[in-house]
Amino acid sequence: MVDITIKKRPQTDAVVTQRKFFKKTARGKVIKVLRERYLRDDVGCGIQGCQACQGQGADVLPPAGEAGHTAYPSGHFVLPDTNVFLSQMDLLESPLLSPPLILLQTVLEEVRHRSLPLYNRLKALTKSDDKRVWVFYNEWRRETAIIREDNETPNDRNDRSIRRAAAWYQSHLPATSARVVLLTDDAANRRKAQAEGITVSSVRKYVEGTKDSAQLLDLLAGGDDGEGIEPTRAVAARSALYEDYLPTATVLAGVKAGELYQGHFNANPYNYLEGSVSVPAFNKPILLVGRANMNRAVNGDVVAVEVFPEAEWKAPGDEVVDQEATLKNDDAEDTDEEGEGGEGEVRAEERKAVEVGEKGEKQPTGRVVGIVKRNWRAYVCHIDSTSLSNVSATSLSQQTVFATPVSRLLPRIRLRTRQAPQLLGQKILVTIDSWPVTSRYPEGHFVRALGRTESKEAEQESLLLEYEVPYRPFGGAVLGCLPSEGEGWVVPPKSEASPEWRGREDLRGLWICSIDPPGCQDIDDALHAKRLSNGNIEAGVHIADVSHFVMPDNAMDSEAAARGTTVYLVDKRVDMLPALLGTNLCSLRPYVERLAFSVIWELSPEAEIVGVRFAKSVIASKAAFTYEEAQVRKDDPNMKDEITESIRLLNSLAIKLKAGRMAAGALNLASPEVKIHLDSAESSDPIDVEQKELKETNSLVEEFMLLANISVASKIQETFPQTAVLRRHLPPPRTNFEKLQDILRKRKGMELDVSSSGALAASLDKCFDPEEPAFNTLVRIMATRCMLSAEYFCSGSVARDTFGHYGLASPIYTHFTSPIRRYADVLAHRQLAAAIAYAPLHPSLHSKSHVERVLNVVNRRHRMAQMASRASVEFYVGLALKARGEREQGIVREEAFVIRTFRNGLNVFVSKLGIEGLVMFKREIKFDADNYTVTIPADLTGKEDVTIAVFDKVTVNIEIEKDKNTQRGKVKMTLAKPVDSHHM
Amino acid sequence: MASRIEILNDGGFRSDGRKQYELRDISIDLSSQSSADGSASVSHGLTQVVVSVFGPREAKMRRETIHDRANINVEVNVAPFSAGERRRRGRGDKRILEFASTIKSTFEPVIQTTLYPRSQIDIYVQILQQDGGVLQACINATTLALASAGIPLLDFVCAVTGGVHSTSPLLDLTTLEENDIPHVTVAVMPRTGKVTLVTMETRLHVDRFEDIFRVACEAGKVIHKEMRAAVKERTGALVAAMGAAPRVAGAGAEAGERDVVMDERIDDY
Repeated sequence: MVDITIKKRPQTDAVVTQRKFFKKTARGKVIKVLRERYLRDDVGCGIQGCQACQGQGADVLPPAGEAGHTAYPSGHFVLPDTNVFLSQMDLLESPLLSPPLILLQTVLEEVRHRSLPLYNRLKALTKSDDKRVWVFYNEWRRETAIIREDNETPNDRNDRSIRRAAAWYQSHLPATSARVVLLTDDAANRRKAQAEGITVSSVRKYVEGTKDSAQLLDLLAGGDDGEGIEPTRAVAARSALYEDYLPTATVLAGVKAGELYQGHFNANPYNYLEGSVSVPAFNKPILLVGRANMNRAVNGDVVAVEVFPEAEWKAPGDEVVDQEATLKNDDAEDTDEEGEGGEGEVRAEERKAVEVGEKGEKQPTGRVVGIVKRNWRAYVCHIDSTSLSNVSATSLSQQTVFATPVSRLLPRIRLRTRQAPQLLGQKILVTIDSWPVTSRYPEGHFVRALGRTESKEAEQESLLLEYEVPYRPFGGAVLGCLPSEGEGWVVPPKSEASPEWRGREDLRGLWICSIDPPGCQDIDDALHAKRLSNGNIEAGVHIADVSHFVMPDNAMDSEAAARGTTVYLVDKRVDMLPALLGTNLCSLRPYVERLAFSVIWELSPEAEIVGVRFAKSVIASKAAFTYEEAQVRKDDPNMKDEITESIRLLNSLAIKLKAGRMAAGALNLASPEVKIHLDSAESSDPIDVEQKELKETNSLVEEFMLLANISVASKIQETFPQTAVLRRHLPPPRTNFEKLQDILRKRKGMELDVSSSGALAASLDKCFDPEEPAFNTLVRIMATRCMLSAEYFCSGSVARDTFGHYGLASPIYTHFTSPIRRYADVLAHRQLAAAIAYAPLHPSLHSKSHVERVLNVVNRRHRMAQMASRASVEFYVGLALKARGEREQGIVREEAFVIRTFRNGLNVFVSKLGIEGLVMFKREIKFDADNYTVTIPADLTGKEDVTIAVFDKVTVNIEIEKDKNTQRGKVKMTLAKPVDSHHM
Repeated sequence: MASRIEILNDGGFRSDGRKQYELRDISIDLSSQSSADGSASVSHGLTQVVVSVFGPREAKMRRETIHDRANINVEVNVAPFSAGERRRRGRGDKRILEFASTIKSTFEPVIQTTLYPRSQIDIYVQILQQDGGVLQACINATTLALASAGIPLLDFVCAVTGGVHSTSPLLDLTTLEENDIPHVTVAVMPRTGKVTLVTMETRLHVDRFEDIFRVACEAGKVIHKEMRAAVKERTGALVAAMGAAPRVAGAGAEAGERDVVMDERIDDY
C-alpha cells in the first residue's frame, strides 16, 4: 500500500507559504486568489553521492562537474536563466555543449508561460539520454523558496529566485572546487549576482571558453545586448523599411471588434512579393501585395490584417517573380555602394512587379499590421555563394551571408558565420531569430549541416526536416514496450487460459490470403470469401491486431500518436511503430499464425449486406500475393483451388460493390502517381520513371477495405456517439471550381456540374477528348486540386450532417484497415474492441478533448507525410531525368499540357513523369488573361504569331540545371513545339 | 491561466509542492464556540469550516418530531467571502440544500438516534474559506463537533477527496485540482472500514475508480488518527481542568484514574 502522510505546515510560515494575488476574469471582474505551497527538505539536488539528499531519484550530475572550460578549470555546472532557454535553445540542444545543466523550476515555469513549443523542446532535452540535465524544484525547497517583495516585478522576482538557487547550489556542493556558473545575458542581473558572490557569465563569453567554441558560436542567436548581428552603417543610416507592428493589445482588440482579420499567412510560391490570408469573413483570401504590406510575415505565421477600402483592392498578379533573379545583386552586408545604385534598381523592379495587379478580378487587399503568433521553425537552406565576401576554404573570418531556403515560400535569411566557405554546397539548417524593421531580410543563425547537396542522405534528411517528420530511431522506453520474446513471439497454443486467446475466434482454418504491392513488408490486411449453404457469400477482411501490442498510454503509444503515420519516401520508410511490430509480429505474413481483428459479412450474391459481425481472431494466412500474381491466378482457368476460387468470389463481389458506389455518386479522382524504378537496393539510383498502372485486383482490395471502414465507422459511431474516431471529406465550396469551369467552358466548350459529387462524377466522365485520352486524366487531376482534403474528426465535435465523405459518397467513414501505418486506425481498433465488449475503453478515448487533440496531430502529420513523399518522388524524378539526359546525350523531350498561363510564362504538366514545370519567356509576349492564352509574336518565332492556351498539348525540353547560386538542382523547361523557346 | 499550471509535474510534485499521497495540513480546534453544545473548527490547508451542534433538544417545530428516534437537522451557510469571487448564496439555494442533505444522510446511520426519541439534533455548518475539499472538511468537522457535544456515535466518520490525473491518483485536492480533474469524496468509518458516503459530480472512468477509492479509504484512516489525537488532547485538557478545580481538590488520584478510563474508551474508536 502507498504511504499516505499529512504534510504539516506551521502557521507561522504563512508569509512564505501563502500567496495572494488578484486576477481579472474575461468578463472584467477582479478575483482574489489565495494559494498555499508546502516547503520541503526532500527536494533532491541531483548530484551523485550527495549525502544530504540521498535516494531522491536517479541522480545525474557528476559530483565534480565538468572540467575543460578555460575559465573554470576545476570543473563546473551550468545554471542558465530563462532568457537563455528562450533565445539559445539550439545552443543548449547541441551535443557539443556537454557540461551538466541545472534547470530550475522557476526557469521551467517561465519558459512554459512564454512559449509552449520551446517548453516542449526543453522537456525533450531533459529526457534525452545524451544530456545531463537535472530539474531542481527550487520553489518547493525550503532554503531556496522566496516570495515576491513589494515593488518587485515578477521578472525581478524570478531573477532573484534564480540567484538564490545558484548561491544555494554553490554552498550545497560537496567540498570540491567545482563552480556553479549562472548563465545570463541580462547585464543588470550579472552585476547583482557578482555582488552576491555568484559565479556568472554571459552566454557568448561562456561559449568562447568551451572546447568547440567555433562550432558552438554559430549556434548563438543574436542576443539583445548588442552582441548580435550589428547593424551595418547602411542599415543604421537608412530609415525603417517596414512599419512597426501594432501593440498586441490593440491587435487583439481589433480582431475582436472585427476591424482586423486574423489568419495564417500563405506566401505565393510564384511571386515572392505577394501573399494571401484566408479569413472566414471574405469568400476570397485577402491579398497582400508588396513587401511593405506583407510586413515581415513569414509563411505559416498567424497574422492580423487590415483590409483597405474597396477602391484600393487589387487582382492577384499574373507574372512569375523570382526573388533570386530580382534580388541577385542584394548584398548581405548591405554596403553603401550597393545602397545607391542597386537599391534603386531593385526598388523599381519590385514596384513594377507589384503594379501589374491592376486589371483582372479584384479581391480584398490589405496589409499586415501585427503578428499574433510566429510559426518559425528550422528551415533547410543553401548558402548563397555570391553573398560570400571571402571564399577561401581556410578562411575563418566572420561573414554575413544569405541562406536561401529550399522552399520557395520563404524569404532569404541573413546569417553570420565563421564557417561559410565550408558550408558552401551543403544543405544546412537555419532558424530565424528576428526580423528588424530596418532589414529587408530576416536574421537567423546556423543550426547544423545536413550534408552535401544532392547526396541522397542529405536530401532525405532535409525532406524529413522540411516536412517536420519525426524520424529519429525509437528510444529505449518505446522499445521496452515490445513483447520480450522479440522475433520469437508466436501465438500460443489454443487454450482458454492464455490471454491471447481470450475472447478470440479461431479462424485458422479459413482460406485467407493477402494481396499487396510487390515488396510489401507491413501486410496489414488479408481477405477471404466462401459460399454459404443458403446461397449467400461470407466475406471477411482481417486486419492486423495492432491494438493487442500497442497498449494505450504507454511510451510506444504516445510515440505512435506523435508520429501519426508511417511516411513512405522513395527509398526509405519512416515507421510509426517499431519494425518488430510493423514488419513481423503484426504483419499478416503467410503460413504463420497471427492475431487479427476481423470484419465478417454475409453478403447476398448481389453484394448486399445481410449481416456483419466483428471479432478478434487468430488467423493463418495461406498465401501472400502481389496484385500481379493474384490477377494472373484469377484469370487462369486451370486454377481451381480454394484460394483462387476465393479470389474470384471476392472479385465478383468487388465489381458489384464498385458499381453500387459509383451509382451513389462516388468520384473517380486522379492524382499524378508515378513509380520510380531503382537500379538496385544498395545504390538506389533511379533508372526510369513510369506511371503506376492499376489492375483489377487493386480495386478488389480497395472495395473491401472501403466496406470494412464503413461498417466499422457506423458501429463505433453508434456505440460512442461523442468520441468515435471518424474521417470525413467535406464537399468543396462551389467557388473553388469557378476558375476550372471557366477554363473548360472557354477552351473546350465543356461544362462541369459541381452541384453534387454524383453530378461532378458524371460531368467529369463527359470531359473527354477522343483525340487525347490523357486529357480526361488531366481534368480529373485539376478537379482534385479544387477539392478540400479529407480529415479525421471526433464525432462529438461536429454536426451530424457534416459526417459525410464527399469523394466516396458515403454518409460515414473511418480508417480501420491500416493500423500498422496510421494511428487513427489504432484508435478505431480500440473503440471497436470496446464496442464488441472485448476490452474496456481506455479513459482517454472517452474524453472528447483528448481525441480531438490526438486527431489534430494525426491530421497534420498525414498532410505533411503526403507532401514529403511527393517531394521525395520529385527529387528522384529529377535524378532519373539527369541520368536519362546523360544516357541519351542530350535533352529529355516529353509531351506536356499547359495548365496555367502567366504574363511571362506557362505552367506545364508532364503527365508521363508526373511533374510540373515552368516555361519562362524573357522577351515580351502577349497575354490574354480572360481567354487563358499567350501569344508569341511573329518577330520572335520568325514566321507568324503562335498562340498557346491552357489545355494545349506542347512538347518541352527538360533539363536539370544546377543553379549557380544555390546549388539547387532545378528542373528547367523550354518549349520545343509548337515553337522553340530556347532563346526567348 | 489554469492550463499553464501542471497538476502533477515530472518530478512528482503537485502545484502546491505536495506529492501524490500527501494530505494538506490539518488543524483542529474543538469547542471553540461556547454557546453550542459542541463545536469544532477544522481546516484542511486553506479550506476552513466551523460546525456547531445543539442538542439533543426538543424540536422547535412539533411536526418534525419522530416518535422513535431523534431528528437530525443540518443547515449550511457559505460565507460570501469564502471564495475568491464574492458571492452571496441564499438559504434556499439548491446547491446548499443538496450539500446539507448529503451531510445529513452521511450521519444518519452513524448517530445513535434511537437513544433520543422525539428530540432534535441541530448541526450548523459555516464554511469560512474554500480551497477544495469543502465537503470533506464539513464531514470531519461535524464528526468532531458531535463528539464534543457528547452525542453517541457508532464510529468516527473521516472524509477525504481523491482524484486522478491521467492515471495517477491524487489525494486531498485543492480548488485548482478539483476544477481540472475528476474527483470523488469518500467518507469512511475507520474502525469497521464501512463507507458511509461516496459522492462524485464529475465523470470518472470505472477502471480508475477502484484505485482512488482504495487510496481514499486508506487516507481516511490517516485523518482518523489526527482527529482522535485532537479529541484525546481536548478531553485530557478538560479532565485536567476538572481535576484542578477546587471543588474536587484531593481527588487527583481519582481524576488520573478516570483519565485512563477515558483513554481506553477513546481507543476503542
